[in-house]
Amino acid sequence: MNCRECTDFLHDYLGGELPETQRRIFEGHIELCPPCLTYLESYRKTVALGALVKEEPAEPLPEALVQAILAAKSG
Amino acid sequence: MAERTDHGEAPDYGEAEVIARLQAGDAAAYAELVRTQGPRMLAVARRLLRNDDDASDAVQEAFISAFRAIGNFEGGAKLSTWLHRIVVNASLMRLRNRTRRPEVSIEELLPKFEDGQHIDEPREWKSPEQLDALERRETREQVRSLIDRLPVDYRTVLLLRDIEGLDTKETAELLGVTPNAAKIRLHRARLALRSLLDPHMHSRGAT
Repeated sequence: MNCRECTDFLHDYLGGELPETQRRIFEGHIELCPPCLTYLESYRKTVALGALVKEEPAEPLPEALVQAILAAKSG
Repeated sequence: MAERTDHGEAPDYGEAEVIARLQAGDAAAYAELVRTQGPRMLAVARRLLRNDDDASDAVQEAFISAFRAIGNFEGGAKLSTWLHRIVVNASLMRLRNRTRRPEVSIEELLPKFEDGQHIDEPREWKSPEQLDALERRETREQVRSLIDRLPVDYRTVLLLRDIEGLDTKETAELLGVTPNAAKIRLHRARLALRSLLDPHMHSRGAT
């Protein structure tokens, strides 16, 4: 396995979807390839950072929108 | 006593009663639903549409669809989860109908290799867990603006899977692609976002 192939497997590896044989080959490569280990960690952190976006505080709905929705319901 | 959900959400104590009131046409229950669920739905629509007017329209459409369908709601899912799916769907409909703007090619944001090896040596990143409250807020804004720079198809799949928490099957159905295509698109979106985040997150560059 080379670094390009290793990168292709990141999604399935982190999702626990790599078949056993491929997982062993992947982990064998990572163990011997510091750049790919560093890349794997940054990929993992990318997913974790994406989740931060969900922490955005939700603002109250503008009153005009609330009234428009309720009016549409009655209409 | 109501049980906590797997996601640690507020207990849905009284949800059956709220649904019964909605199904009976109780106007106060409708107003309460709009005020309690609306903010989260608007946040979802804003993330997907990046335009306040479009997001407001999507939320309005979502509530109107929900009001029409509430008579058939059987409580198989939480009301909030059901409404979340409806607003995602309404937002995607609006996205599909938009005229496409020129955008950066995803290829430019993917990692480069030569003879199967990384061309640019990957750098260590600061851990998201090490961020203090202020850095966390700043980083969140930065991540959001970088997600917005992804080509729309990739931005959408990343938002649906990694932010809105939909699974591969649901995402694929909503996007009209196969589950495998959704997986590949998500992977490329993550690689591209990783490239965009790299200058901000590598240990020496992170502040």
